[in-house]
Amino acid sequence: MISFFIYKAILVVGIFAITLFVAAYSTYAERKVAAFLQDRVGPDRAGPFGMFQPLADGLKFMMKEEIIPDFANKFLFILGPSIAMMTALMAGVVIPWGNSLVIDGKQYFLQIADLNVGILYVFAVVSIGVYGIMIGGWASNNKFSLLGAIRASAQMISYEIAMGLSIIALIITTGTLSLREISLLQTGGVGGHWNFWNVVYQPVGFIIFLICAFAETNRTPFDLPECETELVGGYHTEYSSMKLALYLFAEYINMFISSAVISTLYFGGFNFPFMNDLGLDQNTITILGTLFFFAKITFFIFFFMWIRWTIPRFRYDQLMNLGWKALIPLAVINIFITGLVIIIKTHYLN
Amino acid sequence: MTLNLFYFLSFVAIFASLLVVFSKSPVHSVLYLIVAFFAIGGHYLLLNAEFLFIVHIIVYAGAIMVLFLYVIMLLNLNEESEPHKSNLLKFAAAIAGGLLLLILVASLKGVDQLPAATMQHDVGYVKKLGHVLFTEYLLPFEITSVLLLAAMVGAVMLGKPEKYNKG
Repeated sequence: MISFFIYKAILVVGIFAITLFVAAYSTYAERKVAAFLQDRVGPDRAGPFGMFQPLADGLKFMMKEEIIPDFANKFLFILGPSIAMMTALMAGVVIPWGNSLVIDGKQYFLQIADLNVGILYVFAVVSIGVYGIMIGGWASNNKFSLLGAIRASAQMISYEIAMGLSIIALIITTGTLSLREISLLQTGGVGGHWNFWNVVYQPVGFIIFLICAFAETNRTPFDLPECETELVGGYHTEYSSMKLALYLFAEYINMFISSAVISTLYFGGFNFPFMNDLGLDQNTITILGTLFFFAKITFFIFFFMWIRWTIPRFRYDQLMNLGWKALIPLAVINIFITGLVIIIKTHYLN
Repeated sequence: MTLNLFYFLSFVAIFASLLVVFSKSPVHSVLYLIVAFFAIGGHYLLLNAEFLFIVHIIVYAGAIMVLFLYVIMLLNLNEESEPHKSNLLKFAAAIAGGLLLLILVASLKGVDQLPAATMQHDVGYVKKLGHVLFTEYLLPFEITSVLLLAAMVGAVMLGKPEKYNKG
C-alpha cells in the first residue's frame, strides 16, 4: 500500500514537473520557431543560444507590479487565471505516458489514473477550462475583456461539438473510452502484428480533431479571444504580472496536453513501429516508447507553432461558418461511414 | 468515509443552491449553480456512475452553464439593472415553489418500503449503460432522441433571420 502511494506520488510530481518544463520551454521554442520562419535570430542573450530565456521571462513576470483594476471583482479576478491554470494541468492525469515498467516483479503503469471514461474526462476538463477565460474577462470590468471572454465561450462551445463528434467515430472503431486501451490497441505500429495507428482508419476524424484542438487552445488561426488588432489584448487586457503569466502559461500547457491527446488517439501513443520485433525486454521498450511519445508530442507542438506563424487569423463569421457548417456535418458523415464500414466488416466479410 | 463524503457533498449542494437564489448578482448565481452541479456530480461518483458524472459535467457545467453565463454577460445584467418583480409575482412564485416541495415530500414518503437495489460495481460503466439503453429501454431512448431533434430543428428555425421565414 505504501509503495503504491510512493509510486503514484512520484508519477504525479514527475508529470507536473515535466508539464511545467515543457510549457516553459515551449515559450522559448515558439520564439525560436517564429524567428526561424521570419528569418530572424530570436532570443540569444540569456545563456548559450538564449537557453535561459524562459527563466529570465519568469523572473521578469514575478518582479513586475501587480495591478488589480479598481472596479474589478477582486475574488473572481484572481479566480480566473487560477481556473485556467488548474484545468490545464488536470488533463494530464488520464494520459498514458508510457506502457508499464516491471520492477521487482511488480507492474507499474506510467499513467496516473486509468479511468474507464478517460477521453470524456479530457473533454470535461477542457469544457471547464473556458470558465477561466470567461470569469477573468468578466471580472476585469473592461469592455474589451468582456468581448474576448464572450468570443472565447462561443468559440469553445462551437468547436467542442465537432470535436466530440470526431471522437465518436474513433470510439466506434476502438470500442473503448479508456486512453490506455486505445493506446494498447495500436501496439506495434506499422510492423509485426499489423496494427495500424488510428490515423490510418480515421483520417477525416483526425483532421477534424486537429482543427478543433487549435480552436480549443485558442491558437492562431483561432485566437480571436485575444485578437490584438480588435480587442487590445482580449480577455487578459487588464491582467499584469504573474496572473497574465498564468494565462499565457495555461495556453502552452493546453498545447502540450492536446499534442499528447492527439498522439495517443491517432498516432499510437507510446507505441513505435517494429517495437515487438526488436527482441528487447519490457522495460527497455517502455522507456523507448515514452521517448517516442515525447518525440510525437514535440512534433505536434512544433506543428502548432508552424501554423501560428504561417496562417493569418480567421474573421469571426468565418470561424463560426467553419465550425457549424463544415466541421459538424463532416464529422456526422464520418460517423455514418465508419458505422457502415464496421457493420459490413462484421456481418458480411467474416 | 463514503457517508461523510455524502454529507459533505449534500451540504455543498444545498448551500450552493441557496446562494444561487439569494445572491444579488446574476453572474454570481450562475457560478454558485456550477458549484451545485459539481456537488451533484460527486453524488453520481459515489454511486459508481462514472459515465453519468462525466456527462453531467460536460453537458451541464461545461455547456449549458457556459451559455447561461454567455447570455448574462452579453446582456450585462448586474445588481443595478436587475428588474424588481411585483408582489403578486413573488406571491405566485412562492405558491408554485411550495407546491413543488409538497410533491417532493409526498413522493419521498413511501421510499423506505421500496426494495433496495443491489449494488454492482460496474453499474455505471459505459458498456453496461449502452447495452441497457439499446436493448431494454430502446423505445424511450429513441423517442428522447426524436424529441431532441425536434427541439434542435425548432431552435434553428427561430435562429434564422426573419426574411427566410416568409414563403
